[in-house]
Amino acid sequence: MAGAVWVFAEHQEGKIRKTSLELLGKGRQVAGEVGAPLIAMLLGSGVDALAQELTTYADTVYHWDDPAVALYNSEIYCQIIAELAHKEQPQIFLAGATFLARDLFPRLAGRLKTGIAVDCLNLELEEDGLLVARRPLFGGKALADVVCRQGRPQIALVRPNTFSLPDAQGPAHGTVVRLPVGVDPAHVKIQVLEVSRPPKERLDLTEAEVIVTGGRGMKAAENFRLLEELADVLNATVGATRGVVDSGWRPHGDQVGKSGKTVSPKLYFAVGVSGAIHHVMGMDTSKVVVAINKDVQAPIFQYADYGVVGDLFEVLPLLTKEMKQGTGKG
Amino acid sequence: MHIAVLVKQVPDSEATVQVKADGSGVEIEDRYTLNFFDSLAVEEALRIKGQGGDVVVTIITLGGQKGVEALRTGLAMGADQAVLLDDPAFAGGDEYATAMVLAAALKGMQVDMILCGKEAFDDSSGVVGPLVAEFLSMPSVTSVVKIQLAPDKGSALIEREIEGGKEVIKVSLPVLLSAQKGLNEARVPPVMGVMKAMRAEIKKLDLAAIGLPATVVGRAGSKEEILRYHRHPQRPAVTMLQGEAADIVRQVVGLLKEEAKVI
Ligand SMILES: Cc1cc2nc3c(=O)[nH]c(=O)nc-3n(C[C@H](O)[C@H](O)[C@H](O)COP(=O)(O)OP(=O)(O)OC[C@H]3O[C@@H](n4cnc5c(N)ncnc54)[C@H](O)[C@@H]3O)c2cc1C
Ligand SMILES: Nc1ncnc2c1ncn2[C@@H]1O[C@H](COP(=O)(O)O)[C@@H](O)[C@H]1O
Repeated sequence: MAGAVWVFAEHQEGKIRKTSLELLGKGRQVAGEVGAPLIAMLLGSGVDALAQELTTYADTVYHWDDPAVALYNSEIYCQIIAELAHKEQPQIFLAGATFLARDLFPRLAGRLKTGIAVDCLNLELEEDGLLVARRPLFGGKALADVVCRQGRPQIALVRPNTFSLPDAQGPAHGTVVRLPVGVDPAHVKIQVLEVSRPPKERLDLTEAEVIVTGGRGMKAAENFRLLEELADVLNATVGATRGVVDSGWRPHGDQVGKSGKTVSPKLYFAVGVSGAIHHVMGMDTSKVVVAINKDVQAPIFQYADYGVVGDLFEVLPLLTKEMKQGTGKG
Repeated sequence: MHIAVLVKQVPDSEATVQVKADGSGVEIEDRYTLNFFDSLAVEEALRIKGQGGDVVVTIITLGGQKGVEALRTGLAMGADQAVLLDDPAFAGGDEYATAMVLAAALKGMQVDMILCGKEAFDDSSGVVGPLVAEFLSMPSVTSVVKIQLAPDKGSALIEREIEGGKEVIKVSLPVLLSAQKGLNEARVPPVMGVMKAMRAEIKKLDLAAIGLPATVVGRAGSKEEILRYHRHPQRPAVTMLQGEAADIVRQVVGLLKEEAKVI
């Protein structure tokens, strides 16, 4: 029998990440098509509940439960996953294109002597089980269908928000297999000292369903309050252009664009954003885009579904109010 | 201390890219520049050199005439020497085959640190750097926003960006680090530097010089194959709303609810 379909189950603050759930949904479909079991990979300490949760999506959950893997460490993770992959020969390995996965999987591909497709926007199977991954090139100006003919597993990291979440959880049907972590610490040259993630009520930009981004048209850091208020109503995450970040109005982590984050929300607001190509490259796979700009010639309107021509200082408070009423939160 | 910086000349973000009608390839406008993240990597190497001690910065690229331009930019910024990996056998390689060549060339160079970009603007993979590290059996840390070298230069404290925060990592040298925005602001090459870079000698290494068989480089050594190219799907024409702010706000909320069905 051909090898299994693996999905990397990343978790954060006691929850499976949304992007991993998306891949478990897609993985189920892929596994069905190739007639192979779906296996979730879980590394972490004190996350038994997550292992149980994963059995509702996957046939088998491989769980490495050990303080040594409590925090992500590229060397330890790579070593233990590669060892198992050598033994079990999975045919496909999927993960969300997160900071963790983009650190780990290139190395893993090297160790397993196989290819990797990063930031995929779609996955399809050919009849012989060959995975066709659609990737953006040149910041999305072109898309390429790529396949990995030499080497297994076929590794694909998928842009968050690309696939929908799997249907409501069914009954647990899978089994959890606990695996020992056998890493010689002497061979580990990386030590993770600290992970700091200031508590945030909002999803990260990469996973948010709704984003309200402010550009230099916001004029000053304190005016972002107007966007925060809109974000509150829409349960959205606030983004920024590079112009804003370089002015020190918002932190680097908030930047959307080619040299910032690539986002793919259901709904994207660009407020006081001119629409420079570097910015557009980071948000052009958003499903619906609303641009608010006082300049009717602003390039952002070419990349929008709805263009609001007006002064953002007038429009934003009205919009927040209207949304409150419109969404029943008023 | 020897720092190697991996650099690549890539199409400018503003360059037009046309997908051929039959999807067999792309036509790229001839506007190229040093990859943005690689300029941060060069800058960081120069910053470390600037802290004193005996530091040599070597920039290295796999590529033809375009590669030479990337090297000249790095030299103009202040790098000490440049290496061009060029051979017809290297053509058409994916990230895997590219990393194979870079790693082979770096093996003989006794490097203490390798810096590269978080990703190349053309393929946005971020794969070449970690692969080079893997092939050289050295640790790698990606998306780095801060590097603090220990006084004995045997290890470094690294900050890397993650979603909504950062990780602090201690790592022993030699190590490969990929530069993320926020690490520094790359300098504009000074005029004197540009003049010097024009005359600087660039060391060339071909397949024979790096001692790899032709089967593991270029198209032959690639894992990934591009089947076809597509255009980016076009968004439907924009609906423009102008007039009284209160009116258009009501309209847009209505459209988002009834037409787009996203709220
Ligand atoms: C290598 C490189 C990488 C880059 N990467 C990125 C990136 O990742 N992300 C990014 O965003 N940029 C990036 N940039 C920068 C990019 O080219 C633009 O400079 C930047 O996006 C502009 O930011 P902005 O739209 O906020 O500002 P501006 O271009 O100054 O636009 C401000 C807009 O606000 C409008 N406005 C002003 N006042 C009002 C008002 N009262 N009401 C309504 N509208 C108003 C104006 O009409 C204007 O359109 C990069 C550039 C380079 C060279
Ligand atoms: N041909 C190349 N020559 C030298 N360095 C490269 C080359 N391709 C990629 N790199 C380096 O690897 C980084 C990531 O590239 P990529 O994996 O293609 O996104 C780049 O920012 C460069 O630092």
